[in-house]
Amino acid sequence: MPKLNIVSAINLALDREMEKNERVVIIGEDVGREGGVFRVTDGLQGKYGPERVIDTPLSEGGIAGTALGLAVGGLIPVAEIQFEGFMYLALDQIANQMARYRSRSRGQYPINLVLRLPWGGGIRAPEHHSDSPEAVLANTPGITVVQPSNPYDAKGLMTAALRYGDPVIYCEPKRIYRAIKAEVPDEDYEVPIGKAAAVREGTDMTIVAWGAMVREALRAAEELAADGVSAEVIDLRTISPMDSDTIISSAKKTGRLLVTHEAPKTGGIGAEIAARVYEEAFTSLLAPVERVTGYDAVMPLFKLEDYYLPNAKKIIAGARKILNY
Amino acid sequence: MLFDRFDPLKGEKLEIMDKDGRVNEELRPDLSDERIKELYVRMSVMRLADRTALNLQREGRMGTYAPVYGQEASQASAAFLESGDWLVPSYRESGALLMRGVPLSGIYRYWMGDERGLIGIKDLRVLPVEVVVGSQPLHAVGVSWAMKLRGIKSIAAVYFGDGATSEGSFHEAMNFAGVFGTPTVFVCQNNQFAISVPRRVQTRSKSIAQKANAYGFKGIQIYGNDIMAVYAAMKEAMSDAREGRGPRLIEMLTYRFGPHTTADDPAKYRDASELEKNKPFDPLIRLRLYLSSLGMWSEEEEYEIMDAAKTEVEKAVAEAESAPKPSPSDIFHNTWKREHTYLKRQESELLALLQETDGGASHA
Repeated sequence: MPKLNIVSAINLALDREMEKNERVVIIGEDVGREGGVFRVTDGLQGKYGPERVIDTPLSEGGIAGTALGLAVGGLIPVAEIQFEGFMYLALDQIANQMARYRSRSRGQYPINLVLRLPWGGGIRAPEHHSDSPEAVLANTPGITVVQPSNPYDAKGLMTAALRYGDPVIYCEPKRIYRAIKAEVPDEDYEVPIGKAAAVREGTDMTIVAWGAMVREALRAAEELAADGVSAEVIDLRTISPMDSDTIISSAKKTGRLLVTHEAPKTGGIGAEIAARVYEEAFTSLLAPVERVTGYDAVMPLFKLEDYYLPNAKKIIAGARKILNY
Repeated sequence: MLFDRFDPLKGEKLEIMDKDGRVNEELRPDLSDERIKELYVRMSVMRLADRTALNLQREGRMGTYAPVYGQEASQASAAFLESGDWLVPSYRESGALLMRGVPLSGIYRYWMGDERGLIGIKDLRVLPVEVVVGSQPLHAVGVSWAMKLRGIKSIAAVYFGDGATSEGSFHEAMNFAGVFGTPTVFVCQNNQFAISVPRRVQTRSKSIAQKANAYGFKGIQIYGNDIMAVYAAMKEAMSDAREGRGPRLIEMLTYRFGPHTTADDPAKYRDASELEKNKPFDPLIRLRLYLSSLGMWSEEEEYEIMDAAKTEVEKAVAEAESAPKPSPSDIFHNTWKREHTYLKRQESELLALLQETDGGASHA
């Protein structure tokens, strides 16, 4: 089995689905000859031609809005917005339009498309290239949000997203785009949307993470294990709609829960997870839910970004808090 | 009047000094040869500063950087603003900032990942570097609208590229400017590429300049590597804007010799022959030829110019690199005006953690 990184795994998923289904088209800035600024669509224009891998004018709203139209017109667009910070320029099309089209038309116009967005910090990039605005999307009914943390899931989630039947925002953790190589089957498989996965079993506490933070959570769990603490790590994989059951049953088992995300704390997904755990596992909890997150301040430029972002050290400090509660 | 004489709808373009340094005397603007020499020297510093930034990035001493190589004459347009005027830059405006008087060390520091590098820009009426493509023209319209409403005779010049004209906010800015007759000068540096996407994929319009017509004001297409054309067009646009004759759009035709930023490789999307074809149109070459024909430039003098430029740039690098690192607390004290008690707690938690682990020294 070939060992691939996340970039190649997404590329492979797109390639295989484009081979199988001629309705799949890619649109975005620099996705063609350049193969995307992160090379995710590398080689696809050469293989499928400029009618299926299409460079567009520089307009996020244009890309998202016409992707909706392409979907209505019978294609399955994979639209790239170059960085998560530029998502806001497309937000009318995402939140007011693609999220509501199914409902507005009472099911006549489902929007089957994938919006790809490189996500998160840690790559020493300029402003608007390091944010994690997933909570904005999760607060938008009708939008499905996924984020892989490893190459296997990257391919499987993309394949599932392309066949999902609703708009899927596919967040790509750019910090670990090339950091992890893993075996990725060439054959067809899907990682189900809406299902979290326990990537490490444990009994003393639960850590919930997604994207690049899964790696930090696993590092923290490793260090905690050396001190005799058994931490379970759950990779959320789908941020919305969220797999509550997996989180709640883990919280009931371990009695302690920590959520970590790069996004600011207030109104973040951590708050949503905490609320669900309090609603359904309150009596099993041995300590309050701990959130290890970005701060309620603008993401700084890269001289300070390592201080801003959560990491294994911060997760361990948070873990000690709930272990010693 | 240049904006009337050079009609973009007829495909007319303003050129005054050609690539060989020959001047069309009929169009020669009131720019003294001494001033031209001075501009040449500053553009040379700009070029060296730019190349140095690229090198610093390659050595891991700077973050992503967007070079202005090839666009020096267009960037030099910022030198023609009056002190009360506003400069509204995109991220590819290091040259324009330098011409406006923003210290090079500060520009470097910003691209080294420290926001504090641009402290002081307000005194120069420069707005913060805009990274979101196409968002800042609206700010420029707003700033210049305020000048108009307050009866202040200052204009705003906003800088953006060909790619930005595809964004919805470009339309909004042009439309507001037209409707309210704001004293805005839209400076579009058409460097032919938005990362890899060529100008023809941005718009089917024959020119960007002609778009002004649709919004009810005037536009002009000029050769942006010709400092005389840049000066003449800027002067007329600024005077029209200042005197209440409405906004103006200048499309400066130029060519990005370098990459989009340090993060891409143009060899992947651009034929080398195309670059070679454009090299003779270099904005500095024609100035050397022009000044040399007046006996105001020689190869020996070029060494002196470059030596002085080197000293200036090296000093800026040293200053930027020796600036004290921002403290982690800096994260928490710039987002909100008023004390944010929950954020204060977040700050205390981070500081306590840094204290506890290793004094923060190896954290970042």
